Amino acid sequence: MYVAVKGGERAIEAAHGWLAEERRGDRGVAELSLAQIREQMSLAVGRVMAEGSLYDPDLAALAIKQARGDLIEAIFLMRAYRTTLPRFGASLPVETGAMRCDRRISAVFKDAPGGQVLGPTFDYTHRLLDFTLAAEGEVPEAARAEAAERAMPHIMGYLDREGLMEREAEGAGEPPDMTRAPMELPADRALRLQALARGDEGFLLGLAYSTQRGYARNHAFVAELRIGAVAVEMDIPELGFAVELGEVVLTECETVNQFTGSKTEPAQFTRGYGLVFGQTERKAIAMALVDRALRWQELGEENEGAPAQDEEFVLIHCDNIQATGFLEHIKLPHYVDFQSELELIRKLRREAGAAREAAE
Amino acid sequence: MSGYNFAYLDEQTKRMIRRAILKALAIPGYQVPFASREMPMPYGWGTGGVQVTAACLMPEDVLKVIDQGADDTTNAVSIRRFFERVAGVETTERTAQASVIQTRHRIPETPLSEDQILVYQVPIPEPLRFLEPSEVETRKMHALEEYGLMHVKLYEDISRHGAIATAYAYPVRVAGRYVMDPSPIPKFDNPKLGDCAAIQLFGAGREQRIYALPPWTEVVSLDFEDHPFEASKAEAECALCGAGDSYLDEVIVDDAGGRMFVCSDTDYCGARRAAGHVGAQAARGEVA
Repeated sequence: MYVAVKGGERAIEAAHGWLAEERRGDRGVAELSLAQIREQMSLAVGRVMAEGSLYDPDLAALAIKQARGDLIEAIFLMRAYRTTLPRFGASLPVETGAMRCDRRISAVFKDAPGGQVLGPTFDYTHRLLDFTLAAEGEVPEAARAEAAERAMPHIMGYLDREGLMEREAEGAGEPPDMTRAPMELPADRALRLQALARGDEGFLLGLAYSTQRGYARNHAFVAELRIGAVAVEMDIPELGFAVELGEVVLTECETVNQFTGSKTEPAQFTRGYGLVFGQTERKAIAMALVDRALRWQELGEENEGAPAQDEEFVLIHCDNIQATGFLEHIKLPHYVDFQSELELIRKLRREAGAAREAAE
Repeated sequence: MSGYNFAYLDEQTKRMIRRAILKALAIPGYQVPFASREMPMPYGWGTGGVQVTAACLMPEDVLKVIDQGADDTTNAVSIRRFFERVAGVETTERTAQASVIQTRHRIPETPLSEDQILVYQVPIPEPLRFLEPSEVETRKMHALEEYGLMHVKLYEDISRHGAIATAYAYPVRVAGRYVMDPSPIPKFDNPKLGDCAAIQLFGAGREQRIYALPPWTEVVSLDFEDHPFEASKAEAECALCGAGDSYLDEVIVDDAGGRMFVCSDTDYCGARRAAGHVGAQAARGEVA
């Protein structure tokens, strides 16, 4: 006697119970607090905020804890929470030129007003495991210096003044909101940048790397990379002026790329742009390279058929929440479809066998 | 559940989805773009269907959720529980008692009625997608009614295999205009799509598309005169209820690879057994 597999409901409950226990791990080990994650896993928090499209370090820490450190799962939790939030307005564009920079470097000038500020970077560390951290050694306090009084000017501004940079076309007013309207292709640059800003870091890294290796090569110099806090302001119609809502930490990358120009217009450098929540410089640089590659048409370049040039390919596939959901859905039962394939392949084989016999 | 609106989505979002549904009903088979929201379940796990269901549900509705024809598959359980939690609506496993049925991969065997809505979960709404990967191109092809590529594909199947080698998600032409993907239902279910009394809605969350079949719409499975469409199933009867007209799942029952066939539609099978129908392998005690 055959009994169909039943009890999906009980199985789900038991699985969730086990999951909660596994998430907690050995109860003999102290539980992680959200503050610990927020303070000591801050780059993970940054990534979850960036790709979750929601700036809230405490919620990101909670998501990372709940997701057992699986960052894509944590991003998913953030997105699913974000979608339920009411939207009562839009901020003014943030002024990254007024950023309080923790880090600000340029690869195109040896020095510039404001100076090169390395900030808290892994660059130039030797990647040697530090066993004193395993022994829970406290770090000595870092040396201190006075913060710069003035805002640091954008390096790009200097090239701009000389007319060496391509002119940025004026935006078409209100940018689209990809979380409120279906993606329409071809997309304008604002929409592309929006999609890239929340796109998967790994995917964009791979694409950007491919442009460096010749798949739509557009040799990029990092004109400037800056990380720091900027004020977010919003116009309040009742007041008639903008008020500051708070600060967000952003990473901005501007690249200078090879020329465009024609017989009538002298040669100019072109640009790529990346702007991401948190300290997320790998993502910001990758975003700038992919942004630049996607601009081939506007800049009159050839379509090499490279993946990074294909707007539809990049924009439709860069979202890790869409990708992981669809990828993992193949775990769901598909036995009805598989059954119809079984019937078909058996029928085709039967008919082929009969035809062969008839021929012999 | 506190903190969330009835059926999870806020009313603005529901209005946006309802507009897309109305447009879809006005242009049968046409894929209407909509601003799909992130849902608390993964893309590819029914987010399109869930959004359509959420936009349709009223507090007095009775909801049924099936996956592979069964009410007790894990994802069907998960979606049913979601709506119990966020909408508090009554749920049922009986096809005839439901006012809204959300389904993945099957159409119930019991004929639907005029006061029912069938909501399909759709992974890839574009029937031309695997022939042409670009959305810009496929939208153009639909606009120009340029479906030659699909017929060439079906013809190539026949020349290679002697038959059309599509067993599920078999393309259909709706009301003589749009070619539509019926979602990955087995082609056995295709004849139920046309002239159906119920409203049929298709939701693709990740792909941001909604499309629809209004009641009593003409739906034709693509074929050729000399290779007519054939709705096929396993040549067997259900081992539990003896049904010869329902779609069957094949189940491997022992280590030697012995197998049996049972109804994929668990409600249909259960109702037949309750009415006294007995299949070859049903336990006698169970019948009473």
